[in-house]
Amino acid sequence: MSGLIANALILFGVLLVVLGGVALLRLPDVLARANAATKAAGLGLASILAGAAVAIGTRDAYVKLGLAIVVQFITAPVAGHVLGRTAYRTDPAAATSFLVIDDLRPDPRADIDVAEASEGGPGPEGAPDTR
Amino acid sequence: MTVLDLALVALGLAFALGIVRVVLGPTVADRAVATDLCLFTVIGAVALMAPRTGAEQFEDVVLIAVLLGFVATIALAALIGKERE
Repeated sequence: MSGLIANALILFGVLLVVLGGVALLRLPDVLARANAATKAAGLGLASILAGAAVAIGTRDAYVKLGLAIVVQFITAPVAGHVLGRTAYRTDPAAATSFLVIDDLRPDPRADIDVAEASEGGPGPEGAPDTR
Repeated sequence: MTVLDLALVALGLAFALGIVRVVLGPTVADRAVATDLCLFTVIGAVALMAPRTGAEQFEDVVLIAVLLGFVATIALAALIGKERE
């Protein structure tokens, strides 16, 4: 029974990692590739580690690989985010060609002096249209 | 134990796909993402070697490699970001 669970977990994780590799080749964009690779690295590797822990079955394996799974779940999204942001900053043209919403673009309102705009200003309706 | 062998072969395939993206990748960030995934395929293979061979030392290797992989990714991102300035 535990062998069946271990095999299922391992095969699921390996499937996710292989799909991440395929996505690295087929997706058109740096950010899309980073997204897919992060999914594979997070859930896929965690599933492989869980399957390996069940397959080994000792308490040491559960503790060490369980800690590795926790660390992986915490660090994988952070690493993916940092890589995506770095991709945007090094080559924005290559990273934004498929974007619908770009939250990292330079703010067009950044030119307005904040102190001047906030002191009894006319409010959002009367604000100068900077678009 | 044929499932473990099959999983190891599939992880090798994923590693090869990542290496192809490292060679092709138009930007440096592409290569960074691909090497990140390659590292995780290696970690998965090491984790699978533990039940396959029965050697418990692989568990420690996996734990340390996961921790070091995060630090390596952050360092690589900082390096790429600085290179442009």
